[in-house]
Amino acid sequence: MASDSQTKATDRTAPQAGAQTGEVILRTEGLTKHYGGVHALVDCNFEIRKGEHVAIMGDNGAGKSTFVRQITAVEQRTSGKVWFDGRYVDFDGPLAAREAGIETVYQTLALADHLDVPDNLFLGREKVKVRLGPFSILDYKAMREATMRGLERTGVKIPNIRNTIENMSGGQRQCVAIARTATFHSKLTIMDEPTAALGVQETAQVENIIRTLKEAGEPLILISHNMRQVMDLCDRIVVWRRGRICANLRKEETDGQDVVAYITGAKTQPEYEAAG
Amino acid sequence: MSETTHGVGGLTFDASKRARPPELGVLIALILMIVVFEVLGRLLIHDSFLFNTRDNVDTLFNEPRLKIIILQVAIVGIIALGVTQVIISGGIDLSSGSVVGATAMIAMSFAQVATVNGNPNPKAMFPELGLVDLPVIVPIVVGLICGIVAGVINGLLIAYTRIPPFIATLGMMVTARGLAKWWSKGQPISFPTDSYAAIGKGMMPVAIFVALAILFHFVMKYTVYGKHTYAIGSNEDAARMSGIKVARHKVLIYAIAGMLASIAAIVLSSKNLTAQAGMGQMYELDAIAMAVIGGVSLQGGRGSMLGTVLGALIFGVIISGFTFLRLDAYYQEMVKGAIIVGAVVLDQWRQSRNAARM
Repeated sequence: MASDSQTKATDRTAPQAGAQTGEVILRTEGLTKHYGGVHALVDCNFEIRKGEHVAIMGDNGAGKSTFVRQITAVEQRTSGKVWFDGRYVDFDGPLAAREAGIETVYQTLALADHLDVPDNLFLGREKVKVRLGPFSILDYKAMREATMRGLERTGVKIPNIRNTIENMSGGQRQCVAIARTATFHSKLTIMDEPTAALGVQETAQVENIIRTLKEAGEPLILISHNMRQVMDLCDRIVVWRRGRICANLRKEETDGQDVVAYITGAKTQPEYEAAG
Repeated sequence: MSETTHGVGGLTFDASKRARPPELGVLIALILMIVVFEVLGRLLIHDSFLFNTRDNVDTLFNEPRLKIIILQVAIVGIIALGVTQVIISGGIDLSSGSVVGATAMIAMSFAQVATVNGNPNPKAMFPELGLVDLPVIVPIVVGLICGIVAGVINGLLIAYTRIPPFIATLGMMVTARGLAKWWSKGQPISFPTDSYAAIGKGMMPVAIFVALAILFHFVMKYTVYGKHTYAIGSNEDAARMSGIKVARHKVLIYAIAGMLASIAAIVLSSKNLTAQAGMGQMYELDAIAMAVIGGVSLQGGRGSMLGTVLGALIFGVIISGFTFLRLDAYYQEMVKGAIIVGAVVLDQWRQSRNAARM
């Protein structure tokens, strides 16, 4: 049954994508999320392959962040199926998604302001010395060392990792959130508008980290409103409108104006006519 | 050692500008308060607050006073430890005083002696239990269960029905007080066994308070439980997105707060050799005040057990200081109120200053 679904999903997303060599790391089929009468996400068929960087674009309220919240199980989907790394998944919470290898940099960063960098990096999956259920004793030394390695890997410079997040600049906070994904060697990284609140230099730093992921062959879903950034960093652009996917474009076969036309509703790919 | 380092995007960051631990400020406030009472004592009543002035006693400090300072806050201090972790998680617990009342009544009714002068105890709540005293573990376990059940109900209401903690624990406050009155139809319950009475004898309340403070200091600082509690108080959404089972953790936090209130109840009823329905009245506010004075932020995510212990000592010093200066108890209440408001104002100011330094 999984195999049938896989074929169906590939059929729908592949035509515009052209030749792709990597295996599919994430695929959704008919992913839908309703908040009462509001249909925030409708029948979304999406896939990303290993090594591929895919941008998700769309107007505010188009369903981009909702899509991420279903993938990462921050919310439970209304209906639809998700396959990750070759198997059907139905995560019961964000921790299960992270343990499976999906790391997310949320728009809100999801950092605890009063905790320091290692505490935030390992929040929810702490290294422990002695296992005593909820009263397990933390292994701070191991977490600090792993934090240093994670920061090194992304090239992030945080002067003192023992400082709390509240005492850091916006750029540093963003980098901590990104370093969290690097520390755990994820199979898929999702970044939800990672540079929306950053200055020019800080944005460049984050973009460099994204390039590092590309060089390492790590797949990425990037939600962004920044056309230059998307064209620069991604292989493919999937456009969302009113909770539905309305276009699936390869970077070399499109341009900024074309993408904007899909975002605003001036154009819709024939296979996504339902988006209206 | 001011080492300025270049951070991301050329931003500078000075490690020396880190906020000082709030406990340091509380400790300074405690010392200042002792100094003030010492000076006022010398000026107004020509006596020392801190030092021994009796010729027939060979000690530097006034040891009885120091013992009283800590003894009179030890029981509320135990409640304050539970309240501290609740406030750190971003919640509040108004029910702890009433839980003390209910637990004291129920525990004491299982701790009564079976016979008085060879005859069945005429005041026994459960004469059908026979003429042999129940082992001391029975009232202790019954008392702990009472507190934990009250805490679990608070936690379930807050975590799963999304009732604000203020309302959920206010409901429990009224309910538990009603239960305390109903349990013996308003009558006090007395005549505990010797082994039960030993729990609160002498400096035992202080020993229990100190032991629990050390234990919970360790729990909050070095365990996953403590870290998750801080994370939930700091940013509940972030905690949830990080995979922390926030609802389940909140139930555990309130259950522990209830358990600590029940320990306070057992110690209090043992110390007084009686339990009354009105026991623990206003303790919840004193406990919250100790935590707040100790630097625990009502906005959550910030504070420590050490701070609360220092906050409790400030309370003890105020009460002893006013008695020492022979001032009416009314003034104590007024000054306590002013100090609580002052502590919250200080916390707000500290937070806005930290934000401004960014």
